[in-house]
Amino acid sequence: MSVEPISGVPALIAMALKGPIIFGIVMVVVAYTTLAERRVSAWIQDRSGPNRVGPFGLLQPIADGIKNIIKEETLPATASRFFFILAPILVLVPSLVTFAVIPFAAPLPTPWGVVDMVIADLPIGILYVLAFSSLAVYGVVLGGWASNNKYAFLGGLRASAQMVSYEVSLGLSLIAVLMLAGNVTLTEIIWKQQQLGMWFALPLSLAFILFVISAFAETNRLPFDMPEAESELITGYHTEYSAMKFSAFMISEFGHMVTASAMMATLFFGGWDLPGTWDDAFWYQGQLISGFAADGSVILANPAWWKTLLTFAGFGAKTALFLVLYIWVRWTLPRFRYDQVMSLGWKVMLPTALAYMMLIAGTILTLDTIGMTWGFGYGLALTAVSGAATVAFVFFLDRGRTIAGAAAQRAQRVEVKTIPGAVARAGR
Amino acid sequence: MAIGVKVMHRPQPESTSYLRAALSGMALTFRHMVNPVKVTQQYPEEQTELHPRWRGTHVMETHADGRPKCVACGLCPTVCPANCIRLVGGEDDQGNRYPIVYEIDEFRCIFCGMCQEVCPVEAIHVGQHFENAEYTRARFVYDLDRLMEQDHPVTNLWDPSDPTGE
Repeated sequence: MSVEPISGVPALIAMALKGPIIFGIVMVVVAYTTLAERRVSAWIQDRSGPNRVGPFGLLQPIADGIKNIIKEETLPATASRFFFILAPILVLVPSLVTFAVIPFAAPLPTPWGVVDMVIADLPIGILYVLAFSSLAVYGVVLGGWASNNKYAFLGGLRASAQMVSYEVSLGLSLIAVLMLAGNVTLTEIIWKQQQLGMWFALPLSLAFILFVISAFAETNRLPFDMPEAESELITGYHTEYSAMKFSAFMISEFGHMVTASAMMATLFFGGWDLPGTWDDAFWYQGQLISGFAADGSVILANPAWWKTLLTFAGFGAKTALFLVLYIWVRWTLPRFRYDQVMSLGWKVMLPTALAYMMLIAGTILTLDTIGMTWGFGYGLALTAVSGAATVAFVFFLDRGRTIAGAAAQRAQRVEVKTIPGAVARAGR
Repeated sequence: MAIGVKVMHRPQPESTSYLRAALSGMALTFRHMVNPVKVTQQYPEEQTELHPRWRGTHVMETHADGRPKCVACGLCPTVCPANCIRLVGGEDDQGNRYPIVYEIDEFRCIFCGMCQEVCPVEAIHVGQHFENAEYTRARFVYDLDRLMEQDHPVTNLWDPSDPTGE
């Protein structure tokens, strides 16, 4: 097997195969995320959750799908018909196409050449993801407006304000990653993490925290599910939707979750990278390399199908971890008040992201100026700076109580006050 | 003599650590998530044990020869607050009264158990049974044969070993 990139007709066939397969996998993952959500929420509440359809309820998503397909579609008489039907499509498509640029495994060797395990290794990588994820807000707003329902409309309005606000800090928190990686291509971001010897969650810890919070807000998940807010707005922007159109909104919500989890895994947890250098692979000047020797010459990578499988499993595990985090947080934290969401977004996240961006830019500049080589030590220096920034951020965010914790302990203290002069009466 | 008063120091809204609270909440939900003890009762497989005084689907008691014990006295339709019992009484050639029509609409019934209390011959009972779902409303009107077919245990409105309540 040659370590050459696949080309010609086999490349076209590989492209034609990768797209549908990954689309299928993502759809199945989305379906089973709905089941996981229900099962995990049940476990958290000491229930067992849906366990009737198939073994352990594993066929429940299929039953849900069939039910949603054969349900009656309703179209409100006063709804704007065209936009009402357009909205679910506008929400669904961006949540699924963003997966196209995320690398999900190490390159796979075939008799015809090495196949990259990413549908489209776009040079603009992250920009594509950001562009499409912000498109989803149009569908939400349109759905809320076209329903001609005041609750749906309020949900749509809230969604637009919230998603636009958090888009800012999401993008700004990513700039730290882009500065460190020096590129916006996701394959190269993974390569840089392999070269650094540590995943970006450590040297860019505060960016990771900001990204997670913003991603929660972007995907409209609790504690930021303002656009849906069942107790205030029925279900917000999709109040008037039923059957498969409602299902499209649900699929897109979970699709966003899966994409956001995959993004977190890729940007901050090394993507498909597993610990060690055995799986490192990157196209460098037409060669698949696994690193550079001390004299600057390249070390050729040795792709193998088992490496692809293992790294794919690693990527899946990381994504699943973040999906569980999503669900876990949803069933723990109550919903923010709307003004709290806005003030957190604009008064805390945005300034922090800006300041952190400056800090990381300064640190990288300093490290480069003193001539530190890109490697583990470089990462450690950044880790120290970011760690300090994270502690400061958490301390500020928590009104100085996280480290002191005085109020938390004082709250549990019961003091016995003695009232002189008062007489305890017998029989009381 | 002085007395001691307990004073709880509750967290003040502007001075508490909500990050700490959020994390302890996460820990709590995690403990529940991994806890294998679940409160869900797997209903069709695991049946609830009904209380001895549970009032459910009616049962008409029968004599050894299969006749209903009912003597068509008319007390149960009279006392029934939901007006769900239809009784047409008849008399055979020996002068024994028996029900020609005895129907209970289980849909209208409020399961108060007064029919059982008022019955002088302990013929009609409410039973320890509740799974009477049907596909049509008409099927909820139980006629005499169907009431006699019910074989679930009847409700003990009083202790059988102490029938007079002493």
